[in-house]
Amino acid sequence: MTLLKRGLTRRRVLQTGMAGIIGSGVAPLMFTKGAWAQEFCNNPTGDTVTLGFVMPLTGAYADEGADQQRAFLLAVEHLNGEGDGGLLPTFSSKALKGNGILGKKVAYVTGDDQTKSDAGRDAARRMIERDGAIMISGASSSGVAIAEQALCQEMGVIYMAGLTHSNDTTGKDKKRYGFRHFFNAYQSGTAIAPVLGEAYGKDRRAYHLTSDYTWGWTQEESIKNATEAMGWETVAAVRTPVGAGDFSQYITPVLNSGADVLILNHYGFDGVNSLTQAVQFGLRDRQANGKDFQIVLPLVSDLMAQGAGEAIKGIYGTANWDWQLDDAASGAFTRSFGAKYGQPPSQIAQTSYVQALLYADAVERAGTFYPPEVIKALEGFEFDGMGNGQTLYRAEDHQCLKEVLVVQGRENPSTTFDVLQTVQKVGRDVADYDASIFEGELGPYDAALCA
Amino acid sequence: MNIFYLPRRDAITLAVFALVVLTMPVWLVPFGAAYPGLMQKFAIFAIFAVGYNVLFGLTGYLSFGHAAFLGVGSYTAVWTFKLMTMNVIPAMIFAVIVSGLFALAIGFVSLRRSGIYFSILTLAFAQMCYNLAYSVLTPITNGETALQLTMNDPRVLDLMFSERGAGLPSPSLLGQGMSGIEAFYVVAVVLLIAFYIAQKIFVSPFGMMLRAIKSNQTRMHYTGFNTRPYALTAFVISGMYAGLAGSLLAATDPLAGAERMQWTASGEVVLMTILGGVGTLIGPVIGAWLIKYFENIFSGFNDAMLHHTFSWLPQGAQDVVVAITSKFVGEGWQLSLGLIFVLVVVFLPGGVMEGIRRFSSLFRNRREPGPTGALKTSPAE
Repeated sequence: MTLLKRGLTRRRVLQTGMAGIIGSGVAPLMFTKGAWAQEFCNNPTGDTVTLGFVMPLTGAYADEGADQQRAFLLAVEHLNGEGDGGLLPTFSSKALKGNGILGKKVAYVTGDDQTKSDAGRDAARRMIERDGAIMISGASSSGVAIAEQALCQEMGVIYMAGLTHSNDTTGKDKKRYGFRHFFNAYQSGTAIAPVLGEAYGKDRRAYHLTSDYTWGWTQEESIKNATEAMGWETVAAVRTPVGAGDFSQYITPVLNSGADVLILNHYGFDGVNSLTQAVQFGLRDRQANGKDFQIVLPLVSDLMAQGAGEAIKGIYGTANWDWQLDDAASGAFTRSFGAKYGQPPSQIAQTSYVQALLYADAVERAGTFYPPEVIKALEGFEFDGMGNGQTLYRAEDHQCLKEVLVVQGRENPSTTFDVLQTVQKVGRDVADYDASIFEGELGPYDAALCA
Repeated sequence: MNIFYLPRRDAITLAVFALVVLTMPVWLVPFGAAYPGLMQKFAIFAIFAVGYNVLFGLTGYLSFGHAAFLGVGSYTAVWTFKLMTMNVIPAMIFAVIVSGLFALAIGFVSLRRSGIYFSILTLAFAQMCYNLAYSVLTPITNGETALQLTMNDPRVLDLMFSERGAGLPSPSLLGQGMSGIEAFYVVAVVLLIAFYIAQKIFVSPFGMMLRAIKSNQTRMHYTGFNTRPYALTAFVISGMYAGLAGSLLAATDPLAGAERMQWTASGEVVLMTILGGVGTLIGPVIGAWLIKYFENIFSGFNDAMLHHTFSWLPQGAQDVVVAITSKFVGEGWQLSLGLIFVLVVVFLPGGVMEGIRRFSSLFRNRREPGPTGALKTSPAE
């Protein structure tokens, strides 16, 4: 009797267990990595190669993360030869043939970094340890990007950073396995200062509100240095927590500070909220020191501009790319993205898409997935046809050198997406800088065994 | 009497628990969770929850600030790595001591009140710690960017014996690397020791005293007991557990960020305990595993995977099913977790453990009394 009873119970447990597994949809995720020796981490041995995309799907930068995800999926489609091919025809390197990477079909896994370093690293580890991702890409916060980049260096997996604008990503915290296509705060300062000087005069007094983390710190420093060099004075620089939501307590003191320019070192929802609130407080209608009060948003994106609505009009900022650029590559990418998603891509979509393609191309040119060789193929790589003009992946710090755009919020937008206009394209020679102005070391090339 | 003695029932629980924990790499495979990164998290957060339960489960004091001790443990451990040695043992010891001191200070003040006032006090202290770490003490904590190892850390003890390597060093245990599956086993063994200590506390006279505080503190006062030292001890012990968990987080991944101390993280451990079953030993562990599983696995699902999973359905139905389910996975993982939490609290107030007990009593055909009696609902404070 007991035997029978136990048998029944066990069967029942097995049945419910299997039903649970199938029902909850985890069956296709079963851990398949074998125990055979690998000469480097996650060497793809089957007929597919897995890329890992980590994005902020929740948190202060969730809008950016959603667009980033769209771009990654589009890149995978184009790498596998589906869709219209996007930037593959315009890209100056012709190594990619639309048959995957080295003949292997591109598969992908996605994860939410919650705009937090811990969660980002957790997601990246899941992709590397469980899903066998050979490359990790993503992040739209520099804090997260730096944390993930450090993890990838340890694990021996290449990290193609998404939107990260802090000087530290390719400065103090640069890593051999980390690469950044996006521009940085230092370049923003170089690009925007002359435009601001022209528009607002060279004797302004600036007040900074700064996101309290690596990106905010370095952008504040860069913009401060660049504007002070042309004669501006910095009244105060106040740090605000990321994702604060309400910035009124930080904006009120600006009114009586004696400043006549407010510089918002904020991004994502933070940028939208602080800008909207500053405008609602009537800052732009004020006069200070006998001049019109002005607001500057040094790093701005289409998504933020759309979110800010009326408030963005006339505001200056810098951007990595804009969908309205008139070169063939920008047009091709905008068409391809628009056809799939019914809206133009933002700058984070472009940088993420390009990063995925650049990685795939480097593997093709290296002829192997072996990371040290892929890294060497990316270092010093000169290319064009990706929407940013002639671009160099600098070997010394893994920073891309290319044009920087100074943009301004349109006064009379024709559509909801036509919110920013390019005021000036700052040439690569101007945006260039000496890599050695930032400390930090890239570290070794050695391929790790996934640890 | 042997000081390591456990009642037979508890010894069996410990043995079964040890078996379950150590065979995780096998039985987690069908759930897609058998990779070192997540299994380490399972074990670490189990330690955190077990420790939290010593306070909440036994004394009934609902602390809303335990993440602060977790964070303090992490920061202490990373600083030990940076300043002294990459060996994890000193890091663990320092983390437990420092978080214990923090718990002593915070507990000393907070325990002057009970009930909701106590919860609010702990929440306030934790939020203070978070803000200190996040913006005020950035030279020590590196703020939102998180504290990390660098190439030119002093590492006094290590560098007395060896040269600097080319890359960043990684934490080690007596020369053994702390990474991947080895690190999981190290953490798992620590979890078993922590679990055993919690069992000893549960059956000890001290544990009895804590339960008495929970059931009727006023009566304790009338019978001449000063309850505060007992409650404070429980608070410090659970703070030390949290610090230990924090140091292990740093040992498996040498980085300490302020978000670990945020109030949401404190709330998470409360959820873990309630979801699993307050006052039971195993319950909080199950709660911790469930929450970490949702956070890590459900957030990783995307539409392509759902289409793959439901590919056996006809095209139209497949799209509908995917459109519905996709709201609950990926960025919607918190939604499904919230639903489960609501269902558990409404239908199984004793948490998952109550569910398991009801389920097993179905098979036994007769109702057995609860194992220790500790599961009986007691009046709220």
